[in-house]
Amino acid sequence: MKRDIQRYTANERSNHWAVALLFILSALSGMALFHPALFWLSHLFGGGPWTRILHPFIGVAMSVLFALMAWRFAGRNRIHPRDRQWLSRWRDVVAKRDDELPPVGKYNAGQKLLFWVLLASLAVLLLTGIVIWREYFSGAFAVGLIRFASLLHAFAAFVLVTSIIVHIYAAIWVKDSVGAMLHGKVSQAWARKHHSLWHDEEMRKKER
Amino acid sequence: MATQDVIARSATTTPSPSVREQQDVAKLIDTSLCIGCKACQVACMEWNEVRDEIGSTVGVYDNPDDLTADSWTVMRFAEHETDEGDLEWLIRKDGCMHCVEPGCLEACPSPGAIIQYANGIVDFNQDNCIGCGYCITGCPFDVPRLSEKDNKAYKCTLCSDRVSVGLEPACVKTCPTGAIVFGSKDDMKEHADGRIADLQSRGFDNAGLYDPAGVGGTHVMYVLHHADKPGLYSGLPQDPSISPMVGAWKGLTKPLAMLAMGATALAGFFHYVRVGPNRVEEDDVDDATPPPAAERDERHDADRGGH
Repeated sequence: MKRDIQRYTANERSNHWAVALLFILSALSGMALFHPALFWLSHLFGGGPWTRILHPFIGVAMSVLFALMAWRFAGRNRIHPRDRQWLSRWRDVVAKRDDELPPVGKYNAGQKLLFWVLLASLAVLLLTGIVIWREYFSGAFAVGLIRFASLLHAFAAFVLVTSIIVHIYAAIWVKDSVGAMLHGKVSQAWARKHHSLWHDEEMRKKER
Repeated sequence: MATQDVIARSATTTPSPSVREQQDVAKLIDTSLCIGCKACQVACMEWNEVRDEIGSTVGVYDNPDDLTADSWTVMRFAEHETDEGDLEWLIRKDGCMHCVEPGCLEACPSPGAIIQYANGIVDFNQDNCIGCGYCITGCPFDVPRLSEKDNKAYKCTLCSDRVSVGLEPACVKTCPTGAIVFGSKDDMKEHADGRIADLQSRGFDNAGLYDPAGVGGTHVMYVLHHADKPGLYSGLPQDPSISPMVGAWKGLTKPLAMLAMGATALAGFFHYVRVGPNRVEEDDVDDATPPPAAERDERHDADRGGH
């Protein structure tokens, strides 16, 4: 519709989906090595050795593209005092009592929290991943550090995957958010309902 | 013939075929009898058909200077000056200790790449090895090595092929001084007792057996003249055990993390079932010009009344 608001540019969307695809690949290949019950996932990548070879390269590609995306989105994800208030009303959020919630800018506090958790866990995954990348780098590190990095890598991966499960569910739950990331636009009503401050901001821009 | 004597298998959560009972075997290395001739290294290369690249000397007798994917055993030479000012040459044949609780097997993510036989031998099955090197991370003795040729991990097999047909390992067969002996673990302990008593009678008060309890004992044991200071023997660990970090990485946290991830997905599903999708309501869509504030409030009240 003509009155729709642009929420994500083509570059932002491409960046997001490139990261998303790489996340799926690195999560599946990583999970194969994470627990014996999931080792069968290695078949998706051509077997155990191929999974071991590909996983770190996919992970590095994801980290680099995520860093680019984080650089685009960081400004809008700065935590404000009103975000704490929003978070404290999480019961209203999950019960869909949107009218009870304080007004929200381009991102709500949950999205902002997710952003910073993803950034932190990906930074940890990248750094520890290099330490445990046996083929090229592990030789340079003491075994104690490699053990610590292995544990931390698994933990950060757990945090990342769990956060992404929440992220995907939130996108399915809040209708039209997937569309916003697919074709970039949201209706004014959607914007006013979920991100009223951002909606007002966009309206002022249009008036100018 | 199926393998029926596997008591532990990497990345496997159900029991392996293990009805066959076998005697615990052990290799006993008596450092006080070792003359450092390296015949064991040669026998190992010969039987297992591995040839390391010719290296260069690093100023000590160790040759090669470390274990590699092609050198599964290495004599390590340490010079030790006693309190009396005597020089002792402490020579230790290094290699896999065949732990009762193997850190490599605990760390390995590939099903069946590392197996432990009923007789205690811990063996790598390179067919299933994916080359990640987690076994190196898990090993308390820094033994496994990844081959640059094929990216598979290798280490001493305790000549599992020879032992399975009733032969002793190649290094034992060749040792010219009887410093390496092989048999049931009980027999080896008994043999060690005799050696230790002899050493103690000759002034080595701290002579003893190295069979570290931290890894549940080992199937390669040492008789040491200075069992109180294993570190003198080129850094043999004092009290080795699987690192708590490896334990946490591979232990309880994994099923817990799996459970938490599954629970998160389920929580989302049931949230959707109970609360339903979060949609922009019909009456919000007609919004060319937002209604005045008063009217909006009224409508919200009506909404609430409807619940």
